[in-house]
Amino acid sequence: MRTTPRVLLTLALLLTALVVQLGFASRLHLPGATPDVVLVTLVALAMRNGSLHGCVAGFLTGLSLDLAPPSDHAVGRWALVLCLVGYLAGLFDDGVDRSALFPVGVVASASVLTTLAYSALGAVIGEPGATWSMVARVLPWAVIYDVVLTPFVFLVVAGLATRVAPDPLRRRSGVR
Amino acid sequence: MRRESRRTRLILALLVLTAFTLISLDYQQTGRTPLHGLRNVASAVFGPIERAAASAVRPVTGFLSGVSHLGEQNRRIAALQAEIDKLRLDNRTSELARNRANELDALLRVASVGQYTIIPARVVSIGPAQDFAWVVTIDAGSRDGIAVDMTVINGDGLVGRTVQVGPWTSTVLLAIDPSFKAGIRLEKTMDIGYVSGEGSAPMQLALLNGLAPINPGDRLVTQGSVGDRPFVPGVPVGTVVAVRATPGSPTKTATVTPFVDFTRLDLVAVVVQPPRTDPRDAVLPPPPKPKPTPTVTVTVTAPPPGTPVQTGPTPTPTPTH
Repeated sequence: MRTTPRVLLTLALLLTALVVQLGFASRLHLPGATPDVVLVTLVALAMRNGSLHGCVAGFLTGLSLDLAPPSDHAVGRWALVLCLVGYLAGLFDDGVDRSALFPVGVVASASVLTTLAYSALGAVIGEPGATWSMVARVLPWAVIYDVVLTPFVFLVVAGLATRVAPDPLRRRSGVR
Repeated sequence: MRRESRRTRLILALLVLTAFTLISLDYQQTGRTPLHGLRNVASAVFGPIERAAASAVRPVTGFLSGVSHLGEQNRRIAALQAEIDKLRLDNRTSELARNRANELDALLRVASVGQYTIIPARVVSIGPAQDFAWVVTIDAGSRDGIAVDMTVINGDGLVGRTVQVGPWTSTVLLAIDPSFKAGIRLEKTMDIGYVSGEGSAPMQLALLNGLAPINPGDRLVTQGSVGDRPFVPGVPVGTVVAVRATPGSPTKTATVTPFVDFTRLDLVAVVVQPPRTDPRDAVLPPPPKPKPTPTVTVTVTAPPPGTPVQTGPTPTPTPTH
């Protein structure tokens, strides 16, 4: 069990994703929505490392998103949503004999789930912002951007993961 | 394997509970929440990173937009192309510098006419659209003298107010955010009301006096809050585009186009010291067409019972968080 390098890699990747997301992705002013680099990275890591890894990583990432500027919502909203998404994505192993489209499907579902859950949670706790028409306008764009990001992020995550923290199970079963 | 997944579910439940606890601790609280310190730490950590990222990214985005214009130059020979490329880049950066100078000029004009003392800042990061919150980070914080609930303006008018302040960066709630509310006053008449953000939809104006004369084209300035926080008086807000009759309601509502273009915010300024006297509408840009001398309509109406009209200096529909 080589847990430490894997945890460190996860932290490093998510921190990078966070910086890219906050400093770069939202500055591109793409129409409709913002590419969610953090979400796609989280899903890639969760699918590789499992549910436990996914939900803890999701919680920590969400908490940083809640706290890092600019944020004005109640702390814990992203933490809750990303914790659940990380857990769920971890249930889908991206390993053996899966088609390349499988991660794309998971990311697309995660993208829909995240946007809906985040805005629903906001409505439940009574924070203004998301109305149904706004969500409906943002949602398709969010899914498209996240799906476009998927191959790149998954390649980076897989490449770094096999180099830094090779999974003994994977190697034994002959997958890289 | 069973035990492993049970442990995972236990941890998931714990984390979800923690998140709920955090939300309920932080939920709709203004001022000092237990998480205030945590937020400060986070903005002290992430603020400089975002600032650095923004300054690293600025030349890249400039370069990318330069490259995307090269399509029509394909048939030129390589040397010529390189030269054109270089010249174009030069040209573009000089234009950028000129634009920035213009923005600064406009800011200085607003600041000097309105006698505000301002701290200029650049937008370094923008909240993602999926957050459904219209917030940006600027590269000035408490070390530059910025505090929570200060007015943020640019050369065109009201941008928003500061909501979170870290040592090097602060978060600005934009005027179009659905939780944004600001007390305003009509340009020439003394009528007061408040505007609220509606996200990507136009802003809404509610006038406290339902009988107040208001027409499309009327312009609004901020009314100013008690102690000039969060809003200093006299900042241009926007133009009325449509007035809606709301029979039976004590207030009058209208839609408003803000003066500020929120999709291309770059240089902004935080008002750290309010003007000594209320500049009223002196800060507004000159009206588009020469108007006849405005007749000041003094409407003396007894406010209907229940309407929060005060006669004090500043009734403040101050937004809560």
